[in-house]
Amino acid sequence: MIRYIIQRLLQLIPVLILVSVAVFLIVRIIPGDPVLVMLGIDPEERVRISEEQYQALRQQLGFDRPIYIQYANWVSKIVQGDLGLSLRSRRPVFEIIFERYPATIYLAVTALFTGLAIAIPMGVIAAIRQNTKVDYAAMGFALWGIAMPNFWLALMLIVLFSLKLGWLPSIGYASPLEDPFRFLQHALLPAVVMGTDLAAPLTRYIRAEMLEQLKQDYVRTAWAKGLPSRMVIVKHALKNSLIAAVTVVGLQTAQLLGGSTIVETVFSWPGVGRLLIEAIYSRDYPVVQGSVLLIAVTYVFINLFVDIVYKWLDPRIKLE
Amino acid sequence: MKEEALTRVAWPEAETAGSGFVAACRVIARNRLALLGLIIVGIWLLTALFAPYIATHDAYEINIANRLKGPSAEHWLGTDYLGRDTFSRIVFGARTALQVAIGAVFLGAFFGIPIGAISGFAGRWIDSAIMRVMDAIMAFPGRLLAIALVASMGGGLFSLYIALGINSIPSYARIVRGVVLSQKEKEYVEAARMTGESDLNILFFQVLPNCLSPLLVRLSLDFAHAILAESSLSFLGLGLPPPTASWGLMLKEVTPFLQLQPLAAFFPGLTISLIILGFNLLGDGLRDVFDPRQYER
Repeated sequence: MIRYIIQRLLQLIPVLILVSVAVFLIVRIIPGDPVLVMLGIDPEERVRISEEQYQALRQQLGFDRPIYIQYANWVSKIVQGDLGLSLRSRRPVFEIIFERYPATIYLAVTALFTGLAIAIPMGVIAAIRQNTKVDYAAMGFALWGIAMPNFWLALMLIVLFSLKLGWLPSIGYASPLEDPFRFLQHALLPAVVMGTDLAAPLTRYIRAEMLEQLKQDYVRTAWAKGLPSRMVIVKHALKNSLIAAVTVVGLQTAQLLGGSTIVETVFSWPGVGRLLIEAIYSRDYPVVQGSVLLIAVTYVFINLFVDIVYKWLDPRIKLE
Repeated sequence: MKEEALTRVAWPEAETAGSGFVAACRVIARNRLALLGLIIVGIWLLTALFAPYIATHDAYEINIANRLKGPSAEHWLGTDYLGRDTFSRIVFGARTALQVAIGAVFLGAFFGIPIGAISGFAGRWIDSAIMRVMDAIMAFPGRLLAIALVASMGGGLFSLYIALGINSIPSYARIVRGVVLSQKEKEYVEAARMTGESDLNILFFQVLPNCLSPLLVRLSLDFAHAILAESSLSFLGLGLPPPTASWGLMLKEVTPFLQLQPLAAFFPGLTISLIILGFNLLGDGLRDVFDPRQYER
């Protein structure tokens, strides 16, 4: 197991290098002068700073050095937690991002539970009642859920539950640690949207796994022993189906933590995803770099964690 | 069921491009859901190609007096916040989606296929090095990479091609590499070598045609990804600039008016869902026969 973890950690090195190079290059591929971009100065305002000032700033930002040295310096700063200053607020990017990160995590966790609460019963019932109307309905939900863009579902839920019925707020946030009830009110719609993203493929997966497990000898033995249905299904078949589903859940969780930019934007949820979009709108590139880096690294490490958990749950998995 | 399908239509030794295509058509005709997918995709393609003949109005004509109207005989799906005809904009949106999807898929395939072929054929350290880079790209969350790229390059068609295309390079490379690895030791390749054909000729004319079927599945799913990604980016205001008729942008534009006219947001979203559903059903149907995962090693 330790060998596996070490091997997986070694495999992570090229991934992290690529992620860091990609984030480093974000600022450099923007059309125009990167010095002006990093200072938030429009090209037409260039005349407002003298050549000496410009050169001093260029030197200060390190743009006068060769690109590989710039990269090495940048990486060494990041390792020390220095992501630079926001162009807008002049505050450390690190501080801004970690102020917003809890909101993203709370929403991802709520969405994860919502998704599991939809997918597990639906997948199990669809498998038990294979080829019945219930099964078709569950598979219809899964197919439609995968096809439906999450921002559209978000808008339709806002129309129904916020604008027409007035049951839930469409925007806003409260910390679950301060006001759990208000948090749930605000988190419910975004959690359902993100939970559907998770539940749609997961329902299909759990159904397929359950069908596979229900055919196995150990399940037949359990039935033959006269165990109650609930025990056979939940304790035996479902338990093994869920082990296989860990990868799907893990991948989706990584996406929930990283890819919730749209849902956070639609519901004005003050998380890292929305911070990224706001930073893009205001051309606050240090914040863009910091958010992309954080989201990508979170994604990579959750995937690693999921692989390790999966290996631990099912030791038959071999490292490819 | 899937295993049965795979053994039934096992991978022929040196399948030609033509027979793969015919087999795919037969399977789709037998599978009702896949057929539905094909019909949806077909309608979308025809709509995109003949948009000017299908649209009932000028998709860009502003008529403020007529803004945010519901469906009527004059405007079948109502109008948007500038009084533009929603149906006509959806029809022209099909063309935009096609443009973006073709560009992105082409870019992914154009780089991915040769990369995978070289990787599989060359083997050893070249293969290892290429595959590590591909793994690294795949480890990067796709949507985030697209957002980061369009944020740097600015919106527009070209940026979207690159942002969405880069994401799909590794999947093409892996499929092609898998097929090449499984085929390169076969007798027909040896035979071609004996006749003095160059490696490049063998690779492109003998080995690569075997990739067609798994690539068809990938293409189908990638079209869906590209359309969804373009809509998402345009919805965030990072994709195509206004007044382009893009489904994602249409949704973004009517969001502030949801209370006044929710239907203006309903129809573009429904269209995106239907097209993605169509491609997914088609892809699932194709995959039942040509499971590309068996080659993605």
